[in-house]
Amino acid sequence: MTTDLTRQAAHEMALALRDGSVSARDLAVAHLEAAERQNRALNAWLTIDRPAALAQADATDARLAAARRDGPAAIAALHPLHGIPVALKDLISVEGGQCTAGSRILEGYRSPYDAHIVERLRAAGAVFLGKTNMDEFAMGSSNEYSAYGPVSNPWDLNTVPGGSSGGSAAVVAAHHTPLSLGTDTGGSIRQPAALCGIVGMKPTYGRVSRYGIVAFASSLDQLGPFARNARDAAALLHAIAGRDERDSTSAPIPVPDELLQLPASDDEAAAWLRGKRFGLPREYFVAGMDPDVERRIRESVAFIEDAGATVEEVSLPHTDYGLAAYYIVAPAEASANLARYDGVRFGQSRRLEAADFIADYLATRGEGFGAEVKRRIMLGTYALSAGYYDAFYVKAQKVRTLIKRDFDRVFATGIDALVAPTSPTVAFRFGARLADPVSMYLSDACTLPVNMAGLPGVSIPCGLSEGLPVGLQLIGPAWSEPVLFRAARAFEGVTAAATWRDQEPTDLGLADDASGPTPAQRAAARAAR
Amino acid sequence: MAGLSRSEVEHVAFLARLGMSPAELDRLQGQLNQILDQYAKLAELDTDAIPPTAQTIELENILRDDVVTPSLPRDAVLANAPEHRGAFIVVPPILGGEAD
Repeated sequence: MTTDLTRQAAHEMALALRDGSVSARDLAVAHLEAAERQNRALNAWLTIDRPAALAQADATDARLAAARRDGPAAIAALHPLHGIPVALKDLISVEGGQCTAGSRILEGYRSPYDAHIVERLRAAGAVFLGKTNMDEFAMGSSNEYSAYGPVSNPWDLNTVPGGSSGGSAAVVAAHHTPLSLGTDTGGSIRQPAALCGIVGMKPTYGRVSRYGIVAFASSLDQLGPFARNARDAAALLHAIAGRDERDSTSAPIPVPDELLQLPASDDEAAAWLRGKRFGLPREYFVAGMDPDVERRIRESVAFIEDAGATVEEVSLPHTDYGLAAYYIVAPAEASANLARYDGVRFGQSRRLEAADFIADYLATRGEGFGAEVKRRIMLGTYALSAGYYDAFYVKAQKVRTLIKRDFDRVFATGIDALVAPTSPTVAFRFGARLADPVSMYLSDACTLPVNMAGLPGVSIPCGLSEGLPVGLQLIGPAWSEPVLFRAARAFEGVTAAATWRDQEPTDLGLADDASGPTPAQRAAARAAR
Repeated sequence: MAGLSRSEVEHVAFLARLGMSPAELDRLQGQLNQILDQYAKLAELDTDAIPPTAQTIELENILRDDVVTPSLPRDAVLANAPEHRGAFIVVPPILGGEAD
């Protein structure tokens, strides 16, 4: 165990808290210092709330001291996240705090209540360090659509961290926190996890309550964890999952304790692979895929096979239609969800002199939303408008059925999980996909079918390509998160000796430069060339 | 599929209550048509016999008891309103004011 507290895994921190060698305040201070020191260079945090974090840390230390007095049973009853720092994407409501969703239109808004998952994390004893940057209303794959400036990837400060949960991925990769939360509507957890070299899971639709989360596309959105290893991510999912009366789409399905029981030993974890069956969907090796990324995926498959699993090629024939169907369904739902931002009850508001109320709406929304959000609202409004509803929206919903059936058919043959790339490329440079919205949308070609089918998927690091992380995606049937995490943990076991496992993000040292360029300045310099 | 004309773009923007400059609408027209071109791919699939999927998990008719539960504190909600008077949120007139 290293002496730098920020280099530990959350499960190591949990042990240190219990044996008294470290306090929750020590952990909070170490992480807050790293976050404050490097946020100029990364812009990954929209707020760092030191006073609130320290107050929470002190309260958890007091509970820990009481448990220690009460004996081993009381200590064992503490949640694994007790005293552990967590970062929250800035669309998760924390009572009294800001919740911008990366948009100007929510500037100044204060959440009047805690999200369900925030209540759960408070009960578990987690310590909130702050809120992270994101693409506006979670629409984007690079974090460049945030109204509060782009985020740098800790592996190369001139590249994007992915999106939309780019801030949440960057802060975990940069060791500002061991854990963070994001949302995933078409890949917004898995793709940034891949680009930042960490673990990120989108759980099954319905696994986690969305009460208190800013909605984007309600039939697709799910909350999920980021961490630097599978055990920590699984523990965080365990803490937030489960039925909540206030989100009727959260499923009354028990949360498996298996999520807290992933093996500590690499060998034991790897042994699980023996006899397991994986599918390799041929359609996920898409045109435009970086050949070196494909090599990393094929090498990963070889690791899995060497450990005694079989990997067979399978077909998901409607994969290629996913993008078009998704970019009808998601914008349609977004256009309805974002109708609430009218400047009347909350949020930014324009009241024009001597104008009618529609003029007020036009001004409020025209000025409050950024370009990508407007594009999606326009697409959605068009797809739902009279005369086009059947041609676009219903058609896309039918194609969604075909995409779901592809997965059902493959899993019905006894396949435990699919292995696939998470992203067709590694992290790209600022500006590379801004001029062409469709090229940005293609960033999620390998992740969005999973949302369309409501399935769980996890991205795990599987090596580097030209010094940048590559993500391996594991996709399972509904409610198979324990299996996916076992597989993820097994992959950590079989690759434990790989040199890339120990590599820190390349530009982390550079991020310490208190007078260096900000991500916005890097992006502007790039655009000027 | 036929492209969106400039006047259709304006109409959709009005339906969506998005006030935009002529330059913004020009840019959007090109971008939206580029995205709509992608949609054309869906026409390749015969979906006449396929039921639509609106949600993916088999949950139906989630009901709760019709009982009053505590709601948010009024002050916390009003604090976010751009304008409020007493216990009320001030909304723009929608039925015509004195000016009419």
